[in-house]
Amino acid sequence: MEKSSTLTGSKSLCFHCGDTVRGEQVVHDGKLFCCSGCKIVYEILQQNDLCNYYSIQQTPGISPSPIEISRFSFLNDEKIQQQLLDFSDGKTASVTFSLPTIHCSSCIWLLEQLYKLDNGIIQSRVDYLKKQVAIKFDIKKTSLKNIVVLLSTIGYEPELQLDAVDKKMESEITRSLYYKIGVAAFCFGNSMLFSFPEYLGFDATEMFLRPIFSYLNLLLALPIFFYCSADYFVSAIGGLRKKIINIDVPIALGIVLLFGRSAYEIISQTGPGFVDSMSGLLMFLLLGRVFQSKTYDRLNFERNYKSYFPLSVRLKKNSVETTVPISSLKKGDRIIIRNNEIIPADGMLLRGSAAIDYSFVTGESTSIEKVLGELIYAGGKQSGGIIELEVTKEVSQSYLTQLWNNFNETVREKGQLSELSNSVSKYFTIVVLIVSFGVLFYWLPKDVKTAVNAFTGILIVACPCALAISIPFTLGTTLRIFGRNNFYLKNNSVIETLSKIDTIVFDKTGTITHAQQSSAEFVGDKLTYEEVQATYSLAKNSIHPISKMISDQLTGEQVTVENYSEQIGSGISGTVNSKIYKLGSRPFIKNGIILKGNINETRTYLSIDDEVKGYFLIKNLYRDGLDDVLSSLSKKIHFSVVSGDNESERVKLQSIFPVGTELQFNQTPTDKLNYVKSLQEQGKRVLMIGDGLNDAGALLQSNLGIAVSENVSQFSPSSDAIVSGESFGKIAQFIKFASLSMKIVVASFVLAFIYNSFGIYFALQGQLTPIMAAILMPASSITIVFFTTISTQLFAKKRGLL
Amino acid sequence: MAVIALLIGFSFIIAVGFLAAFLWSVKSGQYDDKYTPSVRMLFDNDKEIK
Repeated sequence: MEKSSTLTGSKSLCFHCGDTVRGEQVVHDGKLFCCSGCKIVYEILQQNDLCNYYSIQQTPGISPSPIEISRFSFLNDEKIQQQLLDFSDGKTASVTFSLPTIHCSSCIWLLEQLYKLDNGIIQSRVDYLKKQVAIKFDIKKTSLKNIVVLLSTIGYEPELQLDAVDKKMESEITRSLYYKIGVAAFCFGNSMLFSFPEYLGFDATEMFLRPIFSYLNLLLALPIFFYCSADYFVSAIGGLRKKIINIDVPIALGIVLLFGRSAYEIISQTGPGFVDSMSGLLMFLLLGRVFQSKTYDRLNFERNYKSYFPLSVRLKKNSVETTVPISSLKKGDRIIIRNNEIIPADGMLLRGSAAIDYSFVTGESTSIEKVLGELIYAGGKQSGGIIELEVTKEVSQSYLTQLWNNFNETVREKGQLSELSNSVSKYFTIVVLIVSFGVLFYWLPKDVKTAVNAFTGILIVACPCALAISIPFTLGTTLRIFGRNNFYLKNNSVIETLSKIDTIVFDKTGTITHAQQSSAEFVGDKLTYEEVQATYSLAKNSIHPISKMISDQLTGEQVTVENYSEQIGSGISGTVNSKIYKLGSRPFIKNGIILKGNINETRTYLSIDDEVKGYFLIKNLYRDGLDDVLSSLSKKIHFSVVSGDNESERVKLQSIFPVGTELQFNQTPTDKLNYVKSLQEQGKRVLMIGDGLNDAGALLQSNLGIAVSENVSQFSPSSDAIVSGESFGKIAQFIKFASLSMKIVVASFVLAFIYNSFGIYFALQGQLTPIMAAILMPASSITIVFFTTISTQLFAKKRGLL
Repeated sequence: MAVIALLIGFSFIIAVGFLAAFLWSVKSGQYDDKYTPSVRMLFDNDKEIK
């Protein structure tokens, strides 16, 4: 490993991962790397002629986090293997891993060349959108563990979960939708052809063809009625049972009448029937479904704490270490936790120095030191050396699990159905039924045939196909536009909820502040270059988050630090060039002068040879665009901030947020949930924006929960939407665009009504002919499709969202 | 004109054939991943670098 001072330019990027190189530089093969991890990956790829990886896309790599191979030894356990493997026949096996770090085409290329890195791998296929790789391997030549280790070394550490929800179910649903569309399109096309002669008129010599065509049509109507429409019947009946007239009720009614009247006309040879209109109707309805079923496969909105937990843990029994699944942990077991591992169960610290990072549970960024005999709650991540714990509660009884289960119990089920479409369809159905029965009774005494024709005609032509597809097409387009702006919604109905909220509750840490990028500002005497170097090297020795923050802030070469020592919870010290450097809390630095200031801010003092040089002030940075969000929404929306932190930032928050904003500090997860609930009891529609598991309850309780995540494919608590940190400033725009989309939906409803009343006008007189229906119904659907998608896109462009 | 009945029979059979092909393609998973194949086909085949 060489070190170079010629490459100290501030904008030097790592050849592998493209990160700005900070601190220590690694140069290999004439290329600059940010860490030795990146260099190792480069070396592996270079040895195997896989450098094409770097030519497909610039700096495609992922900086691998340091791994310990022993961490994966549980993969040799047969039971765990059985749960992970998709298939195994004793010779070959296949497994599907979810790799959250897949992000570019170079990733696809490299992951499909895995057989070059491990000759036991037969084939690997990537599904880019799902961020998965399916690997087929020879179990004699390699093992599951080897593959996982290989993937982790090159930066693609798989997300291993035993309770992973089976995604296959979902793909079955999409597939069945495709089958239905295929069948509907086939019937639509053919029945149109078979209906043309009828519309154009038969010559006397061709009259014999007429029954052939109409019976063929009837044949085509069967799969449409019994197969393609099944979902609508189920949903309509389900709705009626719950005493809700949903949009599928009039649709199902229309389909039944279309089929019934067509069958009657064809069998009695009194007319050609409406089979073409019926199959066209189903095709458009199903297309709308596909359009709205666009989901973000790679995102998981339902994640719970389990997906964050390890699969297994090292158990120590009679000084022998074994790996066991966490579910089999019992009270009194002794477990061993290494650096960067997560504590799976509540336990008492028996050995080692623990610095636990609870950022996942509490959103707090600083880690907490624990002393021997202290209780450590599950969910924390150990940073530092090896620790030994005695399990005090089983995993299912632990604090975190209890917390989670409480949330899920207290939170009501969120409505999935669209309020707007339901209320419209209710009135629509009632009006249509009144009109059709009115017409029936008006005609009955005069002419039974016209009466039946008019009655069925109205129900057929009023079938709200255009109405039913305006929501999926408008909101589906909006969903895609949001997706492009890194705002991912769970489903369509979230847009409607978003357009109606009147209160926003923010979490503080990680939500309105950056979780990771807190800045460490040095306040005090000016340091010489030599001193900066020494401080940098000293801080580099420790893995404590504050030390890391300080070493990231400083740039320099690493110099030798002698007599390095770390005093947990206090600070670090070492000798550089025969001067004693100390970094740490006030009591740790001897002769520390009392500097005035707010004690709630985190300060880390620096002393050289017992002379205090100053301190590093650790501040949280607020996200860009927070001002914009607040200023453009403050007229209509009330804000609140709930924070698990102390009040140190109260003054600052008051200066940022508009007057009247409620600020709540020292809130536990349950407090947050109750706060949201109390707002809802006042009749508010609450949008909760949070990031950690500590917000999970509030996110679930709120009318709409948005999780802010720096990396959308990584953990975020269950929520209705996920927004990436960089798009946080656009939230105001998103809310406004959501209400605009709802206006477009209403406008397209009006359009659909115009078409409908046109058709009803003819139907009233019993004059609705099949050809009229065949033109009117598809025409209205096509108009709606174009109107909604084009207008939504145009507005998005105007607002700078496209 | 009886020939038209025959033609319709044929056209229907062909259409059924296409429908079957479509259903088969869905079943075989062609619609499960609509993105990756579009990238995969652009990769060069391995060149032997000596």
